[in-house]
Amino acid sequence: MATAEPEKAELKIVNDATCTFCGCVCDDIQLTVDGHKITKAKKACVLGTSWFLNHEIEDRAPCFIKGQPASVEAGIKEAARILYEARYPLIYGLSDTTVESQRVAVSIADWIGSNLDTTTSVCHGPSGMAFQSAGESTCSLGEVKNRADMVMFWGSNPAESHPRHFTKYSLMPKGMYVPNGRKDRTCVMVDVRKTKSAKAADIFIQIKPRKDFEALWTLRALANDIELDPEQVERETGNPLSLWQDLMDRMKACKYGVIFFGMGLTMTRGKHANSEGILSLTRDMNRHTRFACKPNRGHGNVTGADNVVTWRTGYPFGVNLGRGYPRFNPGEYTASDVLARGEADAAMIIASDPMANFSQPAREHLKTIPYVALDPKETPTTKHAAVSFTVATYGINVPGTVYRMDDVPIPLRTAFDSPLPSDLKILQGIEKEVLALRSAAFAS
Amino acid sequence: MSEIFILVPGRSSQQGCGINEGKFNETYVNATSFVQMNPNDMLRLGIEDEEKIELKSDFGRIEIAVRKAKADELPVGLLFMAYGDLSSRLMGGDTHGSGMPTSKGLDVEVKKI
Repeated sequence: MATAEPEKAELKIVNDATCTFCGCVCDDIQLTVDGHKITKAKKACVLGTSWFLNHEIEDRAPCFIKGQPASVEAGIKEAARILYEARYPLIYGLSDTTVESQRVAVSIADWIGSNLDTTTSVCHGPSGMAFQSAGESTCSLGEVKNRADMVMFWGSNPAESHPRHFTKYSLMPKGMYVPNGRKDRTCVMVDVRKTKSAKAADIFIQIKPRKDFEALWTLRALANDIELDPEQVERETGNPLSLWQDLMDRMKACKYGVIFFGMGLTMTRGKHANSEGILSLTRDMNRHTRFACKPNRGHGNVTGADNVVTWRTGYPFGVNLGRGYPRFNPGEYTASDVLARGEADAAMIIASDPMANFSQPAREHLKTIPYVALDPKETPTTKHAAVSFTVATYGINVPGTVYRMDDVPIPLRTAFDSPLPSDLKILQGIEKEVLALRSAAFAS
Repeated sequence: MSEIFILVPGRSSQQGCGINEGKFNETYVNATSFVQMNPNDMLRLGIEDEEKIELKSDFGRIEIAVRKAKADELPVGLLFMAYGDLSSRLMGGDTHGSGMPTSKGLDVEVKKI
């Protein structure tokens, strides 16, 4: 008897899908979906294409307890027990999941009196501190597209980290007040190395490593007509005063300037003082013309994490809820510190990989404590977890909301369903179990 | 013989794509397993392309392959590598009250193996 050929699933087209790989959160992607696989991602950049084409249904158990496959229900119970019994727990990550999941994670942190931190602390956390001291002259990416005639990048390499930044938002698009697109814009790039992005710049300024602070304050002085010693400026920044003066003249002469800055500022010597310098420079420039400043955010919903944690606690990251009310202190309650000092006695890591990215002392300590990990893929962090959940991928299998790097909320359209649970479902389950444990403790 | 360089770990396209394929897959492992150096530095120190060297900071030590940077990509004395397990091994735990360990601009001692 002839066997019938298996019926080929019809190709599905998903229009206006949202890529959540980086903070650009491009929401104009056309996906071609063949069953449980995305085969094309039209308009996506190299990173976006890789994001969509490499997130299939993982051939892994949805839950592991101590490395052994387990039921999701058992995993939820064990995760809740670990977190509830801890004396100084840490909840960390959150930048690669939806706003809806982030809200539940904050609730769990509140119930168990946890430290709560997001990947912001090791990305633009120093900028978050600087926003509080210097303020933020901000704008949306739509304003950049329609108005900006001078676009500066400082310590940022969008050609490799945000490949559509130039074409979709900042350099190439024709806008209302820049009708000729790129021709109407001047692009300045400041960095310690000539990155792949430098090719896109009209002016590339290579500064000495670890001298961003000095370069920014040189510009601040020039914006405020303060006389400087040319020899000192050249010695400190690696560039002559005349070059900085020329840049300042151009900045003053533009109609609408914007500075995007990256982790070249926040991760190097000076950290929040560097961010404060660039935000203060932007503020200074508004005495001459219109200027705005935006951090280029890395993960797809790291901006959402900042927003959600701020709505819920009043602070953007590095929050401690141990006393029943939120306290904010970067350096004390931030994940890297709480781990490197050996303080946390349990943790829940959501959609991030500190076991690959944190300092060695922090990683060494994380290995010694029981922790829960939620991630769509196997990572060094899920590998060492006491309980790990393999979850469906946000923006591909899971709907919800994410925030673009300019704080604009964007909805997610799914491409195909996953048999794996969403992290939202897992987190809701853990919250319910934690509440049950609390009730039982109060009753006894 | 050893010399002090400044190391700047950062993002690369290949590393970004590697994250999507999986951190235990070839793309990510390859992308995070080499350091770029200015050709003049390589010439001065007698280091060949793909040769393994030792990088040592105040906090850790790694052995890693060197790749020649394009002539003008890196100034003399500066190294670049993609973020990953190896770059993290050179980072210290202190964040100086900021929550952010110093992850770029690290002083490292370069030594031929």
